[in-house]
Amino acid sequence: MAETSVKTQQAETKPPSPQLENMKKVYKKLKKNKTAMVGGILILFFIIVSIIGPVLTPFDPDAQDYTNRLASPNADNWFGTDHHGRDIFTRIIHGTSITLYIGFSSVLLGSVAGTVIGIVSGYYGKKIDAILMRSMDVLLAFPGILLALAIVSILGGSLQNVIIAVAVFSIPVFARIVRGSTLAVKKLEYVDAVRALGASDFRIIFRHILPNIMSPIIVQATLRMATAILAASGLSFLGLGAQPPTPEWGAILSQGRNYMWDDPHYALFPGLAIVVVVLAFNLFGDGLRDALDPKTKG
Amino acid sequence: MLVFVLRRILQTIPVIFGVTILVFLMIHLIPGDPAQIIAGEAASDAQVQQMRDRLGLNDHLLVQYGRFLGDIMQFDLGNSIRSGNPVSAEIGSRFWVTFELAFFSTLLSIFIGIIAGVISATKRHTFLDTSIMVIALFGLSMPNFWLGLMLIQYFALPPLQWFPVSGWGSIEHMVLPVITLGTAGAAIIARMTRSSMLEVINQDYIRTARAKGVKEQIVTYKHALRNALIPVVTVVGLQFGTLLGGTVLTETVFSINGLGRLVIDSINARDFPIVQGTVLVIALLFVLVNFLVDISYRFLNKRIELD
Repeated sequence: MAETSVKTQQAETKPPSPQLENMKKVYKKLKKNKTAMVGGILILFFIIVSIIGPVLTPFDPDAQDYTNRLASPNADNWFGTDHHGRDIFTRIIHGTSITLYIGFSSVLLGSVAGTVIGIVSGYYGKKIDAILMRSMDVLLAFPGILLALAIVSILGGSLQNVIIAVAVFSIPVFARIVRGSTLAVKKLEYVDAVRALGASDFRIIFRHILPNIMSPIIVQATLRMATAILAASGLSFLGLGAQPPTPEWGAILSQGRNYMWDDPHYALFPGLAIVVVVLAFNLFGDGLRDALDPKTKG
Repeated sequence: MLVFVLRRILQTIPVIFGVTILVFLMIHLIPGDPAQIIAGEAASDAQVQQMRDRLGLNDHLLVQYGRFLGDIMQFDLGNSIRSGNPVSAEIGSRFWVTFELAFFSTLLSIFIGIIAGVISATKRHTFLDTSIMVIALFGLSMPNFWLGLMLIQYFALPPLQWFPVSGWGSIEHMVLPVITLGTAGAAIIARMTRSSMLEVINQDYIRTARAKGVKEQIVTYKHALRNALIPVVTVVGLQFGTLLGGTVLTETVFSINGLGRLVIDSINARDFPIVQGTVLVIALLFVLVNFLVDISYRFLNKRIELD
């Protein structure tokens, strides 16, 4: 990771308006990458659905209709109805914004905190670096969703606490990547030159280092959206996240679980929704990585 | 090598301390009065006080941590609030179930992952390669709890009823949970193996082997795969650790009485000593696995520089 960034970034810093030129290049590459385009279009689709979908759905996500309980998928209820007679399709549409909101806010929080830690660690080095990186190792010692689970068990189960838990769970990942990239950029001659000209640490970090390490951060953030959505829906499935009647997909799924014997549609569709949205972020993230960080693989 | 091992041990010690501090602090990070919350809202003042005494919350934080650390050294993780049994006994009775589940799932992901990855790499840019990579991407994107539910739906419920819906013990019981837990790992290992193989295949010594007239199959399996698998070892080790922590959802779906279920039940029952104990055991185990992975990686690949 560290070595690869150097090469791409040297190219990025050539005037005039290197950022814009680079964006164009990346866009061109992305356009050629079919899987990335599919992912991007799907993400766009989900964003649009989350905004205008709730207005277009014919049903109220909370309207109960006990004459129409657990109906199989049909012309009116495309995904069938749940044990309260609510339209599952409508509930999934309404849940889209919740899923994207959890994913986006937790990744934003985690990436900002992780970036700050990573830059400070990589830029200042020595004791600060050792302390910060060992702390990140401690966070990484809790495998899988265990860390998020521990945090939710402390704070209590709610949508907000899930966001915090998933954000913390992402911090060490970003911190490590950013530290590596910072170390690579810091070694470049021009950073020394800027420092010799009297630039402050603050200026060097924000004007010269941060713009040059954005690529790996963006790639990681996109891929992390997928992980965050999976982790958050898992917590909701365990009853530790969004609580019913919130139409969060993991929560719908955990209710559907009780009706699997006779009504398989109930658990099928919310799960499919999670698969497709996670797939979209994975596809797009893979494509972005190929376009921004061609040498890194995973 | 010995220097490396010693250095790695020195690096691990602060992490172990950090883990114990974090797990110790869990109870103190509960917003509000932990004794009140654990005793329940309906508890009387006397009961809350009793809980406070029992958890030793009255002492200075450092005294409490010292006691916590001392207890850990003696494998004493406290007693369950619900059952009164020692936490170590509760964990011990379920540990092997989770271990087995994680172990067999890792085996499955290695087996399928490496085969799929090698096929994909050797048949690069063919329909087969694309299909394998698309399936792998789906495997990565599926919530495992949903995959588990779907497997139950189609293979454990009528009409097929090939496998039991829940439980653990016989081979029949293991099949669906192991697939559920192993799929994501198989996908990760397949992707890793493929890219690692492709990198190796382009290297000079492979070209030399081919030029010498070594058979393509031998080049692939003997020369290329052996070296390509070195980075895969890291992933496999991490995977096993991750699965230990990740069994929570699978155990919930299949009602398996392992550590994961224990954590969830204890969170719901506010049985904090058990939550702390289980989280601690899994984290320390993961640190150990990571340590062993690093050592073996180093052993396999002497070219790696010391960090």
